[in-house]
Amino acid sequence: MSDDTAGSVTAERGLKGATEALASFDESDAGAIRRLQAFLHQFPTSIPFFVLLLGVVIFSIAAPDKFFAPFNFSLVLQQVTIIAVLGVAQTLIILTAGIDLSVGAIMILCSVVMGRTAVVYGVPVLIAFPLGLLCGLACGVVNGLIVTMLRLPPFIVTLGTWSIFGALNVWYSQSETIRQQDMEAAAPFLQWTGTIFKPYDFFSKTLGLDWTFLKGWVLTYGSLVMLILAFVIWYVLNRTALGRHIYATGDDPDAARLAGINTKRTLIAVYGLAGFICAIAAWVLIGRIGGVSPQAGQTANLDSITAVVIGGTSLFGGRGSIVGTLIGALIVGVFRNGLALSGLELLWQDFAVGVLIIVAVTIDQWIRRISA
Amino acid sequence: MGKWNIMKAAVAGLAFYGAMAGASYAADTVGLITKTETNPFFVKMREGAQAKAKELGVTLIAAAGKFDGDNDGQVAAIENLISAGAKGFAIVPSDSKAIVPTIKKARDAGLKVIVLDTPLDPMDAADATFATDNRKAGMLIGQWAAKTLGDKAADAKIVFLDLATNQPTVDFLRDQGFMQGFGIDVKDPNKYGDEDDKRICDHEISQGDQEKGRTAMENALQKCPDVNVVYTINEPAAAGAWEALKAVGKDDGSVMIVSIDGGCPGVKNVQAGVIGATSQQYPLKMAAMALEAIVSGKIPDIDPKMGFLDTGAQLITAKPAEGVTSISVEEGLKLCWG
Repeated sequence: MSDDTAGSVTAERGLKGATEALASFDESDAGAIRRLQAFLHQFPTSIPFFVLLLGVVIFSIAAPDKFFAPFNFSLVLQQVTIIAVLGVAQTLIILTAGIDLSVGAIMILCSVVMGRTAVVYGVPVLIAFPLGLLCGLACGVVNGLIVTMLRLPPFIVTLGTWSIFGALNVWYSQSETIRQQDMEAAAPFLQWTGTIFKPYDFFSKTLGLDWTFLKGWVLTYGSLVMLILAFVIWYVLNRTALGRHIYATGDDPDAARLAGINTKRTLIAVYGLAGFICAIAAWVLIGRIGGVSPQAGQTANLDSITAVVIGGTSLFGGRGSIVGTLIGALIVGVFRNGLALSGLELLWQDFAVGVLIIVAVTIDQWIRRISA
Repeated sequence: MGKWNIMKAAVAGLAFYGAMAGASYAADTVGLITKTETNPFFVKMREGAQAKAKELGVTLIAAAGKFDGDNDGQVAAIENLISAGAKGFAIVPSDSKAIVPTIKKARDAGLKVIVLDTPLDPMDAADATFATDNRKAGMLIGQWAAKTLGDKAADAKIVFLDLATNQPTVDFLRDQGFMQGFGIDVKDPNKYGDEDDKRICDHEISQGDQEKGRTAMENALQKCPDVNVVYTINEPAAAGAWEALKAVGKDDGSVMIVSIDGGCPGVKNVQAGVIGATSQQYPLKMAAMALEAIVSGKIPDIDPKMGFLDTGAQLITAKPAEGVTSISVEEGLKLCWG
């Protein structure tokens, strides 16, 4: 207790620009930790970034020839794309101090709506694809309406809709897989996100640039969609009124309301936008597996929450970033890929991810104390 | 297996009693409990049971766990069937050990219990077990792969896309069956990963999922760039592996994929040349036979050495190999499910 007060006093003095002479001997250690805490409070993304760097270094030593190569990094990027897109949706929700357990179910449902409408029912992809996007938006808005109008906790609401969207998936898909070849014949556009893109070839062909550092990188259009989406949402969060409203609503809904923000409308917009992003994840998923598998993505909802939490976004709302979530998804991808290439069994991959989650939340709790 | 004969006698007695009792009811109720509702294998199983129930004039109550491994959900389903006064039920156990006491309770209450697909542990805790001989299904694709490669089988580079780290029964039976068929010394035949054959390049976990299958194959390719044989636990995993191979230009026939299941998308992938050969199993037949046995009370003869009734597995390939019995893709498409 006494340490705490001493520490916060030091922090306050630090903020006021107090002279060094005022810092006593036994506080200098705590002072360093306080400064770190203050730094992390200001730059919360630095921790996940450091963990990612650490992971890359560890696995470059553990699996030297295989891990540290542009091609392998490209693979990790491809492997985390779906979770990263869902993570962007999840970040929006968690920033409002909510949680969405239904993101995975929305994604699968939308992939089935897009694929099955186009391939099995022969509807032109020009209609089937927007229908899938609309499905995502609708699912999200339903979540948002229930959360705001019935005033139920988002955890309970999305627990329910997870089940509902899952049942709709079984009903509409009849648990039937759509093969890659059938998709290619009927609706190749839906597979577009899986198309391979080699940055080196692209820049040397179009601009005649010989950027050798790009050699060996193999991206997919899905990864590009993910990066563009992340940029757009980053822009919305940081440069628009809606973005500031989202942060304010998550930080303190009462204060936000008193400040004149329509928190209900903000929440419905957030859930709707998140649902729409899940539909984009569905498009990326179709590109990755080539077709539609109603069985896929069973763990996607929890994986997306994992990415957000490891990325330093606070589960209590109001603090966090899209960049953090992208890094969080990459951390999980790097650890899974790195541990697999090092020859470790899957159970140790799960173990490592579990440790990362707990460490991330512990750090978040610790950082929060400075503002309290 | 004297115990088995005693049990058969007991079953016959029960069956007689059941037949007498059954005659006095207008419509009997029978149950079908699967692991999940969504897996196409179980969806087809339910369709087969539904059709059979209609034919036999009985009411079918279908239930399932929430996810693969959901024992509690299956326990509740059995309790419901007992209180509904069902004549018996067929079940695909999610947890082959934990469900045993509840099955005993049902049998004590006079219900006939037929286990499908995944045998109980111990197997004789049910009245009978109808299942695919998964080891044999694995052996078929192993033999086909070895025969098709010919001399090249001696220096094959094999990647295994298995089901899960805890190696459930179906997982090690198929994996080890493939190895035995291919001519690999399996050491412990009930466990994979203990072999020292140099042709085994990598084991990865696919969870039988298309997306995770692709990720598993991508990681395997990093470890074994010169792979030429891929064993997959099921056809979704095979389709995922194909996407990974295609992305690096290895869809040129240099890598052979073999699989097990025989679902319609899988058989079509054999036709398209994605999968070299697959072993087909028959969920519809399993469910239909089980319902017939429960309603009539007649349990078919079961080979005591096997302990279960093999509902059969057939190899489907477009390129038959000498000495390995197989059926054509066209025949396979007629028999496929899902």
